[in-house]
Amino acid sequence: MSKERIQISEALYDIMPSDYQDLVKSATYGKEDRGWKDIGTSKELIEQHSLCAGCPESMAFRYILASLPNPEDTVMVGSTGCTSLVFPMVAVHNIHSLFGNQNAIASGLKRALSVRFPGRVKDVVVLAGDGATVDIGLDMTLQAWFRQEKFTTICFDNELYANTGGQESGLMQKGFVAKMAPVGKLFDKVRLPEIARESGCHYVVNCTVSKPSLVEKVIRNAVHVAREIGPTYLQLYTPCILEIGKNSMEGLQEMRDSEKPTERFAYKEYISEPAKQLLAELAAKDKERKAAAKQLAGQASA
Amino acid sequence: MADTHSIIGTKNKKGQTYTDTWKMMNEAPRTPSFYTGSEVIKEAIRRASCDVMIAYPITPQSEAAALIGELFAEGYIGDYFRGESEFAVMSQCAGASFGGARVFTTTAGPGTMRAMENFPMWAGARLPIQMIVTCRGINSPLSIQPDTLEIAYLLNTGMLVWHAETAQDFFDWILKGYIVSEEPDVHLPLALCCDGFFVTHTKDVVNLTPADMCLPPYDPYRSPVPCMDMECPPVRMMRDPFVMKSNYISYATHASWQQEIWAAVERSRKHTIHWLNGLVDTENTDADIVIVASGTAVSQGREAIRMLEDEGVRCGLVKVKALRPWPEEEIRQATKNAKHIFVPEFNVTGWLAKEIRATVPNSQRVHAGPHVCGGMTMPPEIIVSEIKTALGMKTFSMAGRGS
Repeated sequence: MSKERIQISEALYDIMPSDYQDLVKSATYGKEDRGWKDIGTSKELIEQHSLCAGCPESMAFRYILASLPNPEDTVMVGSTGCTSLVFPMVAVHNIHSLFGNQNAIASGLKRALSVRFPGRVKDVVVLAGDGATVDIGLDMTLQAWFRQEKFTTICFDNELYANTGGQESGLMQKGFVAKMAPVGKLFDKVRLPEIARESGCHYVVNCTVSKPSLVEKVIRNAVHVAREIGPTYLQLYTPCILEIGKNSMEGLQEMRDSEKPTERFAYKEYISEPAKQLLAELAAKDKERKAAAKQLAGQASA
Repeated sequence: MADTHSIIGTKNKKGQTYTDTWKMMNEAPRTPSFYTGSEVIKEAIRRASCDVMIAYPITPQSEAAALIGELFAEGYIGDYFRGESEFAVMSQCAGASFGGARVFTTTAGPGTMRAMENFPMWAGARLPIQMIVTCRGINSPLSIQPDTLEIAYLLNTGMLVWHAETAQDFFDWILKGYIVSEEPDVHLPLALCCDGFFVTHTKDVVNLTPADMCLPPYDPYRSPVPCMDMECPPVRMMRDPFVMKSNYISYATHASWQQEIWAAVERSRKHTIHWLNGLVDTENTDADIVIVASGTAVSQGREAIRMLEDEGVRCGLVKVKALRPWPEEEIRQATKNAKHIFVPEFNVTGWLAKEIRATVPNSQRVHAGPHVCGGMTMPPEIIVSEIKTALGMKTFSMAGRGS
């Protein structure tokens, strides 16, 4: 639980890229309370990205990478799409292989890591778009859940195929006119959060990424539950401002508008009984730890 | 990090001794055993120190895949499960291999085709997965019968492709295959093919290595690309994601990477020659007539040669063991005296004959046939007939066999 694996040989230090030197100096690998508040005061695990200006996906990436509870032992799995433009700039090991097979890759990966590192924590987190998760990869998404594979699936739901130019996807709203939906989409947005619950996920959240503190909470919960109990699923609204005709500065408002109680991204969660118990235990431990730290700080200042 | 040299001589949790592979394969005593091809696959994997095997039912590999499940239950394999389709299984294999595991799987026919998108990805990601392909028909109407057409589709994926003739080949090559595949200058997946049913479902005497010896474990840190386990620095592999950009740097990067995959296939040549004792086996290549074949067509060719000898016609034989790397020079040398080259095959298109035509000078010498397909057997008589017809000798009719 530290930065020891990224240390640079002294002789080579000056020829390493400055962003790598920054990772060694001030990234938050191994920091117990790491979270969204580290952004701005430490080196983030995401370097520059090539998403569109103001893309909410870039915010989501930053919050998620700041919130992973264990990045020094986390491997991420992506898929084809806008996210695959970002992953090369992410300082945790990550795999892109094909389009839609992310949960199959993660199943094999998690099992291999369990065989190779028995008794050690190695978290696996899938992060893919809605086309990859719900359309081309639905079979593998669901089957991983049926098998109770112990990793987190995050879907960046932008309600269309963004990287290929705004085609209809299964998570698109009914009636939306898009490429390949020339008279408007004819069927409802697929209800994957409900399907996830019925498929065996132990922690399911549907929300937007407008609030970094909320993203931090659900990421930590999802990773912990996946590590100890079974599959977890987060569906995060990251609107494609380009394809829904918004300006760069309008992504945040779009998310806020879509998370109102009657809207499709109103906060919804499902937590299984074993997951509730685990999260309660973790919360109690956290409280204890914070109280002890406070006491210690009080003694030091006294 | 695992160091294979220090592991040799130590025992695994099943009490098997990690053994120097050359000693195990070439010097250790062998026990003759009467097994089906599927059972032989199980016995090879018992000795292969596999971390992960992923299974899916499809005839004719289902039995082998299930038998390896028994090995898992006995504790010889780290993890084992049934995936949901061949496409998923090959991706699950990829995930396990990215995570540093030695991975094994089996497939056949339509399963190979369904999984096809994964194979160039395996090669491009330098994943040394071993996949047994027990070939069967891939056409419609549905057929489960032996037919080697699917091998043609594997030849340009960047995988190593070997074609076993017998269960003995299978046993030895599964074990040797991992050693070649995992060499740092190769580090590519291997498709180890055989003709379904003829090899998988028939019993044969196979000489097995001792069951208490096994291969040294896979060391993922000898890989030419980082193992995705967060045990080494999470370097940003690209400063800029060139993958989907339309510029010269992007094209050049992809082009050089593809060239590197094929250079790695080429570099596997020396290791394959070392371990398989050559990419081809040859007999009597000074004869005017030479049969060049792979898989069980070699056995049928050998029998045809014996029958022709009785009639005073002398024939040579070239058994092609490795299709990738392709034994170009070996085949040229072995056929340099031949006036006629016959290529019997268990498929309708004659992919092996096409490869050979593109390899040898004076390619009009190559007779693409006989072909059987759709599950037909290839009696040696039809090879004899094909050869005699080409030589202008009188032969009997083989009506209905398309010869």
